[in-house]
Amino acid sequence: MNLTLKIWRQKDSKSKGQMVDYKVTDISEHMSFLEMMDVLNEQLVNTGEEPVAFDHDCREGICGMCSMYINGEAHGPDRGVTTCQLHMRMFKDGDTITIEPFRAKAFPVIKDLVVDRSSFERIQQAGGFISVNTSGNTQDANAIPISKHAADEAMDAAACIGCGACVATCKNSSAMLFVGAKVSQYALLPQGQVEAADRVLNMVAQMDAEGFGNCTNTGACEIECPKGISLENIARMNREYLSASLKG
Amino acid sequence: MSGILNSSIARKFAMALSAFFLMFFLLQHFVINVTSIFPNNGATFNKLSHFMGTNALIQYALQPVLIFGVVFHFVMGFVLEIKNNNARAIKYAKNNGAANSTWMSRNMIWTGMAILAFIVLHFIDFWFPEINTKFIQGDWSGMHDGQLRYFHELQEKFVNPARVGAYIVAFVFLALHLLHGFDSAFQSVGANNKYTKGLKTFGKLYAILIPLGFIVIALFHHFNH
Repeated sequence: MNLTLKIWRQKDSKSKGQMVDYKVTDISEHMSFLEMMDVLNEQLVNTGEEPVAFDHDCREGICGMCSMYINGEAHGPDRGVTTCQLHMRMFKDGDTITIEPFRAKAFPVIKDLVVDRSSFERIQQAGGFISVNTSGNTQDANAIPISKHAADEAMDAAACIGCGACVATCKNSSAMLFVGAKVSQYALLPQGQVEAADRVLNMVAQMDAEGFGNCTNTGACEIECPKGISLENIARMNREYLSASLKG
Repeated sequence: MSGILNSSIARKFAMALSAFFLMFFLLQHFVINVTSIFPNNGATFNKLSHFMGTNALIQYALQPVLIFGVVFHFVMGFVLEIKNNNARAIKYAKNNGAANSTWMSRNMIWTGMAILAFIVLHFIDFWFPEINTKFIQGDWSGMHDGQLRYFHELQEKFVNPARVGAYIVAFVFLALHLLHGFDSAFQSVGANNKYTKGLKTFGKLYAILIPLGFIVIALFHHFNH
């Protein structure tokens, strides 16, 4: 298929960017979206132009690196997939595809479609961990009874790959689905409950300090999340936060 | 207050609490207004209105709380809108919001502003004259021409079709605001569990039936005066 691409080009974090039009031809519907971008970049290199910078790593929906906003949706029009898992069969011959970086003040553009998501790392460092004694007498995790229900819910929350689609798609650039998932995956398990109060207070404080917006419960994040992280995690984080605040 | 509300979750919680209070107020306002269409020429409506308008607890305790709740909800709504706009300096060239969220959820600020405009009109129509009569002129009798005045005042207001039209439009915006706001308030206080589905259904019924009821009452008085 032949396509017109409207892509955000920005030389570096300080430069002003703009949308630039490109044409790509003979794109197979079996290609992934990133393979289509590879074709474009090969074309640009061959003509002596600067290739489009975009994040990618595993290309199998696990690492959370790819981060494009395609035709007005984070990771494009398909559901439950990252950009690398998006196939060109989702588009038609002759389509114009708009490709932008994930936009949020807390995700500044580094170059073209590459954004700095280290704000997520700082939120994780603020509390997204458990403290475990590693002196040699660590208790076997399997010896701690955990209900099937709690284990399933914790696993669902832990499926978050931190790609930032929730922030990108939220009209308020809120990171609450990400933080809610990270708070939940520990809060649901006995190992995480010891530091639960400090964790939620510190992670939310860091989230606010990074400049993410306020959640207004539109639910867009849940729909666009490639891992299907549920809004229930935000509700759980709200409960955890209020409970931790009341405990002082 | 600004210290407590520095946290994004505390702000959500505060918005939800003020929303719960306003939704409860709306329900009681509706219940009293429904009595105005009872076939007793406004006798029940007059009695209830007089009670609400002269009871010391309602006038001096609940009314200030209500005013605070209304002002807080609006001010916080605007503050959140500004903060949220600032969280994305460069907007998307193409954004398909309809693909993942409802129009109501994305436009709470606009439906809210329409409701604010309606409240100004409603205050000019009913609340300011009431405050003038009671607190400035000192007349707490509730009487006019030998009978309780509330039902007559209500009927007078709905003679003008332009006013009735404005009220109907405002109630449509109220319904749109509640269609997202009802569920959203519960989610904000952390209530997302096995009861959520039922709650959402109840919320949709509340959001449609209460404004629809207000519309029916306005039309009833317009056509029966």
